[in-house]
Amino acid sequence: MTSSKQALAHSASADAAPGDQPGAAGRAHGRGTPPPPGPDSWRRRLYRWDMKASPYAFIAPFFIVFGAFSLVPLLYTAWYSLHNVQLADLDGQTWTGLDNYQNLLSSDFFWNALGNTFTIGVISTVPQLLMAIGLAHLLNYKLRGSTVWRVVMLTPYATSVAAATLVFVLLYSWDGGMINWLLEFVGIDPVNWRESDWGSQFAVSSIVIWRWTGYNALIYLAAMQAIPADLYESAAIDGANRWQQFLHVTIPQLRPTILFTVVVSTIGATQLFGEPLLFGGVSGSKGGSGHQYQTLGLYMYDQGWIIGNLGKASAIAWSMFLILLIVAVIQLLVSRRLRKSQ
Amino acid sequence: MSTSELTAPQTSKAPKAPKPRRERPRVMGAGKQLHAGPLTYVVLSVFALVSLAPLVWTAIAASRTDRRLAETPPPLWFGGNLFKNMDRAWEEAGLGKAMFNTTFVAGTITISTVLFATLAGFAFAKLRFRFSGLLLMLTIGTMMIPPQLAVVPLYLWMADLGWSNQLQTVILPTLCTAFGTFFMRQYLLQALPTELIEAARVDGASSLRVVWHVVFPAARPAMAVLGLLTFVFAWNDFLWPIIALNQENPTVQVALNSLGTGYVPDQAVIMAGALLGTLPLLIAFLLFGKQIVGGIMQGAVKG
Repeated sequence: MTSSKQALAHSASADAAPGDQPGAAGRAHGRGTPPPPGPDSWRRRLYRWDMKASPYAFIAPFFIVFGAFSLVPLLYTAWYSLHNVQLADLDGQTWTGLDNYQNLLSSDFFWNALGNTFTIGVISTVPQLLMAIGLAHLLNYKLRGSTVWRVVMLTPYATSVAAATLVFVLLYSWDGGMINWLLEFVGIDPVNWRESDWGSQFAVSSIVIWRWTGYNALIYLAAMQAIPADLYESAAIDGANRWQQFLHVTIPQLRPTILFTVVVSTIGATQLFGEPLLFGGVSGSKGGSGHQYQTLGLYMYDQGWIIGNLGKASAIAWSMFLILLIVAVIQLLVSRRLRKSQ
Repeated sequence: MSTSELTAPQTSKAPKAPKPRRERPRVMGAGKQLHAGPLTYVVLSVFALVSLAPLVWTAIAASRTDRRLAETPPPLWFGGNLFKNMDRAWEEAGLGKAMFNTTFVAGTITISTVLFATLAGFAFAKLRFRFSGLLLMLTIGTMMIPPQLAVVPLYLWMADLGWSNQLQTVILPTLCTAFGTFFMRQYLLQALPTELIEAARVDGASSLRVVWHVVFPAARPAMAVLGLLTFVFAWNDFLWPIIALNQENPTVQVALNSLGTGYVPDQAVIMAGALLGTLPLLIAFLLFGKQIVGGIMQGAVKG
């Protein structure tokens, strides 16, 4: 703050020079609006132009990047999804109407991928967010070394999808894998994490859970710290114990944050890609020998860049977006209904 | 004379602004800030163990041999092959080149995102202009769009431009992010007193001058945090780099992907690669963990 004070003082003295007519600045002060110092009309015009145009100039870089690399491509993706576009023959694009979409709707692999995306999304998001709330509750106590605890919980977030998945592949390996070895200790038969249906989906989900629980816990923690203390005090006066306070004060106060994390996690789950890709190793884009963990993101990559049908990949991308929008609308409606009923 | 009269009351107000923000958690959380019991520490330790164990085990596995990793029980302590495996990952899997490339890519993206996001965040937080509300909604809405919706046309254009496998293909689309813009807007909304801007305006400062002398100094802490978050994000970006680049000119994630899909079928080398590719971010967390945690929590409260 001190540096900005100095900077302002500096800029003030530097800028006083052009408006060196004593009356100008005084008038400005009196009226409370900031007209330009100096009598020159071009200067005034320049000032007014600056005031009008600079906000747009400041937001322009973001919107140029967004327009060029998100919005226009998004529309082109819709266009390509109505064409037959092959990676091997990029110049031979032909209009096919809704063929790509019809193709998807009649494809078992598409429905399989959609189902897998949903299942993996639920078993990665629900436990993750529940654990994150619990973890945030614990981090909200007065702790020794509270910063250290928080940083430790966030370290998985520093690990990239690729690095984390490579490690988990080894941890989950059939023989010599740490997890099967630990299971054997407690007397559970080893699980074929790569080949079995639920086992591989659980394994892929666990990578997501590992990477994101601490991050979401910090988001909940921030919201918990903003809950006014008197809410807890009045609950305590009413005879609510700690668990009841958590249930009837903390959770309702966290509702907007919970909605936020649910929406963000849904967006992440819908486009899940890196974890299943690397979990599958050499044939990763298939999502396992029986496509048991092929998600929509993976299916799109497989169709587009392994099989080489970019038109179909575009149709998958747009289907993904539409599904995401539908889910988001449902979530908003449910949360509104919940708010009304309370 | 008049200028000093004008600035004096404003500058004395300035240091007051951040104060309530800093005190808020302490005051508001006071009723809830119970001392943790031993059980809390036990449960937290379990969470901490689960968070850290895979990373520690990566280092253990990276110091062993491929054959040892296939045996039961798995190794629980370090072996003597760490530097040999790291050397192979660095040379054979091209991780050395990948680290250099990623540093350049993530560095460029970080500088440009912080700069542009601060400008846009300032405009959304403090300037009045037509459609500002609508444009802000649009900015937030763009965060919902999965990157999958852009990659097919981007891939075709980059191929047309003859840019396949060149680093600008992964730099350009991320030069500014919606998250960064929103993050800076939320910070500047309360950390930058409007009087400070008005005072500079009264003194006839142009918008660029205001940005340079008022906005940047006030935004500096948030810019540093956004820089860290952006660097982590850019270092770990996966989908588009996998499509746009290959093993000839990889980023770290592309090189790790090649490792995982059988480029070097040696688990110990793969683990050494995963460790090397994560090490820079782990060091950053060690040095700036507090700031990164603060940034995520700060972005969240208002998000």
